[in-house]
Amino acid sequence: MAAAIETEELTKDFLVGFWRKRPYRALDGLSIQVQAGEVFGFLGPNGAGKSTALKLLMQLLYPTRGMATILGRPLGDPSMKRRIGFLPENPYFYDYLTAEELLAYFARLFGHTGADVAARVARALDEVGLAGERRMRLRQFSKGMVQRVGLAQALLNDPEVVFLDEPMSGLDPLGRKRVRDIIVGLRKRGCTVFFSSHILSDAEALCDRVAVLVQGRLVGIGRISEILNVDLKGWELVVASLPPTATPALAGRTRRITQLSDGHTLLELPSDVAPEALMQELAGQGARTISLNPIRETLEDYFVESVAAAALRKTGGI
Amino acid sequence: MRAIVLVARAVFKESVRDRVPYSMVVFAVLLMAASYLISQLTAGQDLKILKDLGLAALSIFGLLISVFIGIGLVSKEVEKRSIYSVLSKPVTRAQLVLGKYLGLVATLAANLAVMTVAYYAVLVYVQITASEAARGAWMAPAADPRLLAAIVLIFGELMLVTAVALFFSTFSSPLLSALLTLGLWVAGHFNSDLRHFETVLDVQPVAWVARVLYYLLPNLAPFDVKAEVVYGIPVAMSHVAYTLVYAALYISALLAAAIAIFRQRDFK
Repeated sequence: MAAAIETEELTKDFLVGFWRKRPYRALDGLSIQVQAGEVFGFLGPNGAGKSTALKLLMQLLYPTRGMATILGRPLGDPSMKRRIGFLPENPYFYDYLTAEELLAYFARLFGHTGADVAARVARALDEVGLAGERRMRLRQFSKGMVQRVGLAQALLNDPEVVFLDEPMSGLDPLGRKRVRDIIVGLRKRGCTVFFSSHILSDAEALCDRVAVLVQGRLVGIGRISEILNVDLKGWELVVASLPPTATPALAGRTRRITQLSDGHTLLELPSDVAPEALMQELAGQGARTISLNPIRETLEDYFVESVAAAALRKTGGI
Repeated sequence: MRAIVLVARAVFKESVRDRVPYSMVVFAVLLMAASYLISQLTAGQDLKILKDLGLAALSIFGLLISVFIGIGLVSKEVEKRSIYSVLSKPVTRAQLVLGKYLGLVATLAANLAVMTVAYYAVLVYVQITASEAARGAWMAPAADPRLLAAIVLIFGELMLVTAVALFFSTFSSPLLSALLTLGLWVAGHFNSDLRHFETVLDVQPVAWVARVLYYLLPNLAPFDVKAEVVYGIPVAMSHVAYTLVYAALYISALLAAAIAIFRQRDFK
């Protein structure tokens, strides 16, 4: 399958300092390939270089070294730009234009004309749930509404590749769900989605592959199923009516016992303890099982470990 | 070319709805109306004052509008990051700069047209209501079409000032761009003094610097023919044409420099 996005040793230095300018490396030799039709998550803590990488791909910044292609074309190629969409982080648009006027302007820049413009604008606004506000000036929009306009303008041209920089930023839970649905819809129609996010649960639910960036460097990349340890790490058992006499017997077989606010007790079991036997034992003492869940590594665990390992490498700990 | 026109249209739409220039036009129109009252207080000089004040209002408020919106053309767009979405579309940076400039020139033309109509409305009113004796004493009719020569040159000057504002806004903050543009406007009106600076200060290196500045800075004095038209002295068409050609050349150079700078910029 052809790579929709490819970067090779993409590097960006900024000059910092007032009197004595010195280079600061915001992105360090990023080499990735994103296949067509993939939903690719670009993760990293604040200041990791995610937005810098996206701005380099959009040619808002010029690289210090390295190169990149989108849909096999060099960056800045107008024919390629017609086939992509981009939502910047915390987007901002013109105060005195209405949402409809702004999108019509962008649709025309993509080369659309006549009735096609109106149809695309109406569909994009409908998709992000702003059909009712289409005649409102953008200065009257809330942050979440502006974010949704930003998403609409990124989808106007039925792009083959969409770049979304923190698409969930400023959105309420309903707005986030809508964005998740839109990304799922894009995947269904074969669109490549490249999105940066802090919200790891969204990335875990949506992405085929993720890359983790820390201090400008790529510290991990792969399929969620590959990078996360699928081995069982333990069990979470919630029981009700646990008699106090049962607690001493549990001490050696649980990692932690937590009293929950609803009167239930959460028992965290190591993976080598068979929960069925323990559940039977506790039932014999009058306790009732509420739930049992396996504990596996999450994307958050992987992310935290990657960031910690990178910090350790930097300080010379490894 | 299509992209340039699209950007220009968006700039025009955005700018004409901005309240600040709108209120400046209203203020200028009020000042023109008020100048009629002021002129009543000055016996014999009433029409001259009326024409003079009107043209001055047109020029000053036009300048404020072009600086105010001109500096926002690029620097505000970069500062507020609206440029990120636009540049990800099939638009080159050069097309964006040219479109923004043309959009503002169109806004300026619309504002100037409103002020000109108001100006002539006051003058026509004076012409109709003035007594036969008063009209006989005038050097030129009140609603003199020759005043249009001054207005055309004011428009040319404002187009040049807008290009200056755009040039500065491609690499500096809005406030600094405004100060630099206004500074250059003031310097541009005293530019001709720099040509023979040695007659003021006979120090060779200073005279050289002054001479270089004379060629570098815009010469705005030829755009000011207010005194001539107010007294009904005809302004040669050749002067208007040469001055507008000069403006066109200077604007082209400024836009070329603005595009060259803008093409190299990183938008952090």
